[in-house]
Amino acid sequence: MSSLADKYLRGHKMPHIWCPGCGNGIITHAVLRAIDQLQWERDDIVIVSGIGCSSRAPGYLDFNTLHTTHGRALAFATGVKHGNPRLKVIVLTGDGDCAAIGGNHLIHACRRNIDITAIVYNNSIYGMTSGQFSPLTPTGSLATTAPYGNIDRAFDLCDLATAAGASFVARSTTYHANHLRDMIVHGLQNEGFSLIEAMTHCPTYFGRRNRIGGPVEMLKMQQEQAIPVQRAASMTQEQLEGKYLIGELHNQQMPEFCALYEQVIQKAGGGNQR
Amino acid sequence: MDNNPPLKRVIVREQWCKACGICIAFCPRQALSADTSGKPTWNTDVCVRCGLCEQRCPDFAIYLEEVNALG
Ligand SMILES: Cc1ncc(C[n+]2csc(CCOP(=O)(O)OP(=O)(O)O)c2C)c(N)n1
Ligand code: SF4
Ligand code: SF4
Ligand code: SF4
Repeated sequence: MSSLADKYLRGHKMPHIWCPGCGNGIITHAVLRAIDQLQWERDDIVIVSGIGCSSRAPGYLDFNTLHTTHGRALAFATGVKHGNPRLKVIVLTGDGDCAAIGGNHLIHACRRNIDITAIVYNNSIYGMTSGQFSPLTPTGSLATTAPYGNIDRAFDLCDLATAAGASFVARSTTYHANHLRDMIVHGLQNEGFSLIEAMTHCPTYFGRRNRIGGPVEMLKMQQEQAIPVQRAASMTQEQLEGKYLIGELHNQQMPEFCALYEQVIQKAGGGNQR
Repeated sequence: MDNNPPLKRVIVREQWCKACGICIAFCPRQALSADTSGKPTWNTDVCVRCGLCEQRCPDFAIYLEEVNALG
């Protein structure tokens, strides 16, 4: 009868604050569809964010939510998970929040392989503060802080997370909204640190300045640039120029932080608290 | 007649829709067209109930709702 919005959104906060066509709502909807598919108990779920347009998402979600400080979502989430490992902890974070100010928290969350699922809303820009470049802004793109084009190289966030020790790493886009939901489902199911990079679009500060067009054109760009990892295997380096891979990029089971810490508690003779 | 399969219809939440045009542009059947304010109007005859409009709407403003055959 009713939609997922009726089930999971804080209706009195709607409509949300995001600009017309902003991809944040598409990712947030995919997160809800993933949670719904897994039929997890709402009270077992904690959704944590930092600061940014994307980080406003938990404010609209009717779960246990924490809207924290810029770059520190993973630090707060680590505290929540460590304090009560039975909770299912999800982090919603922007490319600036996660890869710039929060980059150090990211690599250590990966290294610990703590059972948290981080969904990175990568719109290639700082949206909330009106369009400064982030560590994920493509080289050559225009930003308010790069009016002649960005000279920095962008991180490949998925490679970074893999190298730092995350056990599940995937990428999808807002155009591929169903695939995105599937990647989030797999990430949520993984016992360990999962990073899902969701390629999205900020029509207001990235699309307009870079003359890509509006939300429809930006989604078409994702459709053209995203190559499923299976298909990429049979493509040449030349054909992959200007493209990025989507799909499951890394999946390797490793000991999880809270499980290891539980062993420490046992060794130390404790263990009645939990 | 009780066990007719459920049908679906597309509902637009006018108050939440920001007329971004995504649902209209990517509907595989051109079942959505823009009204004067840019918000989608639904053509039930050509819609295949694929749900793509719902999945890509950034504003939770369009969705499929189940109705019984007589509803
Ligand atoms: C400690 C601190 N430094 C800087 C800021 C200003 N600030 C707010 S949001 C933001 C960047 C947001 O970019 P991103 O994380 O990519 O999210 P988006 O808005 O694009 O979704 C910055 C620099 C802040 N709030 N706190
Ligand atoms: S500024 Fe960009 S990221 Fe922020 S709500 Fe608007 S379109 Fe979305
Ligand atoms: S359900 Fe599919 S066919 Fe029907 S309006 Fe939505 S996108 Fe178009
Ligand atoms: S995608 Fe959603 S917000 Fe955009 S025009 Fe369609 S119903 Fe309105």
